[in-house]
Amino acid sequence: MCLSIPSKVVEIDENNMATVDTMGVKRQVTLDLIGESVEVGEYVLIHVGFAMNKISTEEAEESIRLYEEIIEQMNSGQIDEDEGDMGYASKRT
Amino acid sequence: MPQKELDLFKAFRNPEHMKALAKLIKQESKTKIRLMEVCGGHTHTIMKYGIPQILPDTIEFVHGPGCPVCIMPKERIDHAYVLSQQPDVIMVTLGDMIKVPGSHGSLQDARSKGADVRFVYSPLDTLKIAKDNPEKKVIFFAIGFETTTPMTAALIDQVIKHDLKNIFFHINHVTVPEVMEVLLQSEECLIDAFIGPSHVSVITGSKIYDQFPKKYHKPVVVTGFEPIDVMEGILMIVRQVNEKRADLENQYKRSVSYEGNIVAQDLINKYFDQRELFKWRGLGNIPKSGLKLKDEFSYLDAEKIYDKVLPKEEINDHKLCICGDILKGVAKPTDCKVFGKACKPSSPIGSCMVSSEGACAAYYKYGGVL
Ligand code: SF4
Repeated sequence: MCLSIPSKVVEIDENNMATVDTMGVKRQVTLDLIGESVEVGEYVLIHVGFAMNKISTEEAEESIRLYEEIIEQMNSGQIDEDEGDMGYASKRT
Repeated sequence: MPQKELDLFKAFRNPEHMKALAKLIKQESKTKIRLMEVCGGHTHTIMKYGIPQILPDTIEFVHGPGCPVCIMPKERIDHAYVLSQQPDVIMVTLGDMIKVPGSHGSLQDARSKGADVRFVYSPLDTLKIAKDNPEKKVIFFAIGFETTTPMTAALIDQVIKHDLKNIFFHINHVTVPEVMEVLLQSEECLIDAFIGPSHVSVITGSKIYDQFPKKYHKPVVVTGFEPIDVMEGILMIVRQVNEKRADLENQYKRSVSYEGNIVAQDLINKYFDQRELFKWRGLGNIPKSGLKLKDEFSYLDAEKIYDKVLPKEEINDHKLCICGDILKGVAKPTDCKVFGKACKPSSPIGSCMVSSEGACAAYYKYGGVL
């Protein structure tokens, strides 16, 4: 039941309620649990009617970039059967 | 490259990335690792996406106790049932609790027999119910891990701020690190490393797992709920094991920090104290693993107000149920004699079959392929 869904903030009213878009479905959530300022266009995680954090799109993009890199290295043969690690671990610690 | 909008759903379900990570894990995994995914959300992802089938035999999953609905003992559900029978009471709880059976039946059964039980999407929906029914006593049956506790605290905050006289609380919030510790201390424990919960950690921060690498030398990687997240989390654990490290790492940096959500933590600390003991279905009493309202808020505490009518006797888990062993990693759901026969999601005998996030229910739904 800890599932929580990434949603995009599309509007914020004066009561700190946000309208968010979850895969096309719009709903109202409160931003009261978030200590920092939230802007329209940012992503938040929604759980039982509350936004619980801001999702860092930079970190998300960084992860995706790493996965792309792994594929590139595999395709160019830099990762072979014996040595998988291309310094990837050190970037993620 | 033209700026494409980031799709946070698809991005972490990309089959190409999934295959690439599976290949890396296969190449690098040398020694047997028994991974516990603590959280039921992970169990669900692992079974739904068939992750065990694309991993080498060296990776074995031990399915954890992290489903707050599954571990709710019958004693607590019986409390809810009894409260729902009291005069002028409206019982309110989150939808997840609908079907969970106590010894008299579930809250859904109570409702079908005439009790006023309402299932809400958000704790805040309780405010409207209370406003619309000023002559009734509205009791919020609060469930959930650290993920959901701040939302109950926010409701309490509103009740106090607006001096609402007809909302009360039955608190069943539980916490993750204490149960992890109990599993590690059990003699038959077979856990080598942990995949740390996603959304519990959004609230608490990864700091709550510090002790596991330090004191028990077990790697912990806080990991997101998407299948790619899980694959990357596993790769990070494989690398720790290969390098003989036991560290706390964070795969889910887009949502989890070391400190977590401080506003939420302050709210939890404002209203709740640790209980001496909380009983977990399948695991028994675990010290300091549950929360209760602080004494100064006793006037809101349905457990105290209705103390005289609430049943106190212990109810034993079913004799044939081996949930405890499954959670320790010494058994699989398919080892249970009644799995899929007497025990099914529609008629659960033990805790792991209660919600789709329990190990037995996930095996039942997606096929026990392990
Ligand atoms: S199948 Fe049912 S009885 Fe058997 S261990 Fe799972 S929950 Fe318990």
